[in-house]
Amino acid sequence: MDIQPILAALRKHKIPAILIVLEIALACAVLCNAVFMIGQRIGEIKLPNAIDEQGIADIRVLGTDPKLSADDVPRNLAALRQIPGVTAAAVINTMPLTNNGWNAGVGTSPADVMDKDSPNVATYFFTSSAEQALGLRLLRGRFFTSEEFAGSKLSDSYIPTGHVTLVTQSLADRLWPGQDALGRQVWIDKDFHFTVVGIVADVLRPNENGEGLAAFHWSMFLPLTPGPGGYLNDYIVRSAPQDRERVLRAAVAKLEALSPNAVVRPITFTDIRDKYFANTRSMIWMLVLVCVVMLAVTAFGIVGLTSFWVGQRRRQIGIRRAVGATRAHILQHFQTENFLLSSAGVAAGMILAFGINLYLMQHYQMLRMPWYYLPASAIALWVLGQLAVLGPALRASNVPPVVATRDG
Amino acid sequence: MFGYYLDLALRSFRRNRVLTALMVLALGLGIGASITTLTVLKLLSGDPLPQKSTRLFTAEIDPLPAKGYVPGQSKPPWGNLMPYVDAMSLLRAHKAERQAVMALTQAKVTPARTGEHPFFSDAVMTTADFFAMFDAPFEYGSGWNAQDDDDRARVAVIAGFLNDKLFGGKDSVGQVIRINDHDYRIAGVLKDWSPQPRFYAVDLGGRSYGDGDGVFLPLQSARTDGMDPENVSCWETADIAHLETAPCVFVSLWVELAHASDATAYRTFLSNYVQQQISLGRFHRPEVAFPGLMEFLALEQVVPDDARLQTGLAFGFLLICIVNTVGLLLAKCLRRSREIGVRRALGATRRTIFAQFMVESGMVGIAGGLLGLVFAELGLWAIRHQPAQYAKLAHLDVSMFIVTFVIALIASLIAGLLPAWRACVVAPAPQLKSV
Repeated sequence: MDIQPILAALRKHKIPAILIVLEIALACAVLCNAVFMIGQRIGEIKLPNAIDEQGIADIRVLGTDPKLSADDVPRNLAALRQIPGVTAAAVINTMPLTNNGWNAGVGTSPADVMDKDSPNVATYFFTSSAEQALGLRLLRGRFFTSEEFAGSKLSDSYIPTGHVTLVTQSLADRLWPGQDALGRQVWIDKDFHFTVVGIVADVLRPNENGEGLAAFHWSMFLPLTPGPGGYLNDYIVRSAPQDRERVLRAAVAKLEALSPNAVVRPITFTDIRDKYFANTRSMIWMLVLVCVVMLAVTAFGIVGLTSFWVGQRRRQIGIRRAVGATRAHILQHFQTENFLLSSAGVAAGMILAFGINLYLMQHYQMLRMPWYYLPASAIALWVLGQLAVLGPALRASNVPPVVATRDG
Repeated sequence: MFGYYLDLALRSFRRNRVLTALMVLALGLGIGASITTLTVLKLLSGDPLPQKSTRLFTAEIDPLPAKGYVPGQSKPPWGNLMPYVDAMSLLRAHKAERQAVMALTQAKVTPARTGEHPFFSDAVMTTADFFAMFDAPFEYGSGWNAQDDDDRARVAVIAGFLNDKLFGGKDSVGQVIRINDHDYRIAGVLKDWSPQPRFYAVDLGGRSYGDGDGVFLPLQSARTDGMDPENVSCWETADIAHLETAPCVFVSLWVELAHASDATAYRTFLSNYVQQQISLGRFHRPEVAFPGLMEFLALEQVVPDDARLQTGLAFGFLLICIVNTVGLLLAKCLRRSREIGVRRALGATRRTIFAQFMVESGMVGIAGGLLGLVFAELGLWAIRHQPAQYAKLAHLDVSMFIVTFVIALIASLIAGLLPAWRACVVAPAPQLKSV
């Protein structure tokens, strides 16, 4: 296919050609970044969380007298465990993705706890059998023993006095990169240290805490025995997924009967997760909608412009047909023309997309866009251009040669 | 002449119905998306107290230890959160017209009627000046006074919506409300009051948008009754049971100055206070900040990134729609070279041809604007059904209504400029020859 006549034709229609190129460039730039943002957010929503999300319900019991916790908690747990279908129950200070953050700066020695870049970690305190109630997945080491639970009380600083901890794989990698974390010491402040007895699969924090997704899995677990203090509020009740709704209703009824003066707030973990990511999910839909509408507008723009173009060039097409060009030739002419314009558009668009990404990285929490987004959206726009041009190009190829003999 | 141009434009639209519809639709979508996101952005970045925001300031100090301190590079780490001791000292210095210390908490409210479940309400623990300083309007009664603060009196101010719920909207001043299992006497009932963004809650761990707080209590009384602040940060091992003296931050201080220009004097006072604490060995870092309300909101980046990204995206989309409209208008105009040639030959000047085409594109703009308004209302309706805190507040206001048409007209006139110019440079003779 000779592209000389196409270039000659384009030179006669500089401005419409430039407009198509510009539109494709803008669409390409926006598409790249929007799709990248969508991908980033889907990644966020799909973050792994190694607990039994389908089987867990969380019941917050608030507004009870904190002085009575030492008696209330065991009594409530005993009642919960009697509900048919409950496989495990325990109390914890906070749950993943509930936005109720309990964070601490930790270090591998007392000296580096206060360091500027010592990691900020989510701390979960829970009572015995909470490992089973949560469904933690042990990768190495062991869970806590009943002695370790019994020996750990909450200090005045709201940090348990025990000396053992479970850490997530991500936290272990952060604190001791490339080394074995088992048996090592984690320090909270200068006064509290814990030996790592087990490493569990990644569990999410109560919230992202503004430190980026990498830190979202920095969680540690400490054993605790119920004592006075109003901090152990979240009752975890685990059951088979199909029993969960029934178990939750029964648990609420029991807890409300046991503490008539309390405020009981039940929620399943799947609802916790949905609530936490609700904004992210609506942002994804908004981005998808914008992309679809934008591509539609671009496609219609190409259809419109090319249609006029074809209409304007009926005579030229007729002459070409009269001197021997086949329908396929005419079709090819417009398709190649569109391909050239799209190519110019995506070339400019990829540079623009890269620039926008750099700007967003500077001003927002945005990562560098992986390179393959650029060719991917280029291909998308090439395909879109070819589809959009097909209609007008077919109409052009149907122009009969006799048009050439008519005046206008 | 204008009427004639309108007529010509309508004829031209009728000739290319699908194309005109496409142009209007594209422009409408672009404008609708832009106005929707702009309305949300305006809502989020608004001035919560326009009548006095220039005179409201908050104090930021840095209580962290000397370790890790880099002079000139460190800044107060927790926004305007500060230790209780310092907030109260600054409060008692009375260096401003009004000043209040505050923290947020969850108040358990037990209805007096038997059989009703207790519930939690967002609550503010603060000091007497809070209401006058933030222009919180009273329906009944008033706030409490400084003496009540010092006496740890059990008095409360409740929001109108809570008064409706508990007392059926009647004047409940003097009645008793049971909060965290203690009896508080109601001193006042607020009218609807929910500044957007809720600037004082930003660092205290509250929601920044949405409904206002329900209960307001004297800070010291509430703390005595064991109500815990929402957001506590400590820089070393701390006795959480005695937060007031612990190395922790959990309250913030806001002040109202008589004139915005008094800020320099107050900043100096604040700086001197910190210097004094350094010489006493309590503090180690001299950096202070004293941002005004709007500066504080900017520093804290209250407006969610997503809202700004969406606005950027919508305007990118609008740009594409405008380029699209330019292309289509141009294509249309190029096909009408003969019509233009005839008009020119019959005596129309370049200026009249230009005017004719601008009227035509202006009409596309107005139609696009009208459609944009429909899309914007649709978009805002969708946003009101979103889970975001601010969702319920998303409504089109008059200024945005006007902005819609300004954007639409500017967009379409820009879109029409190139085609109109191309039209008026058409030379009549060659066009006529081919007729």
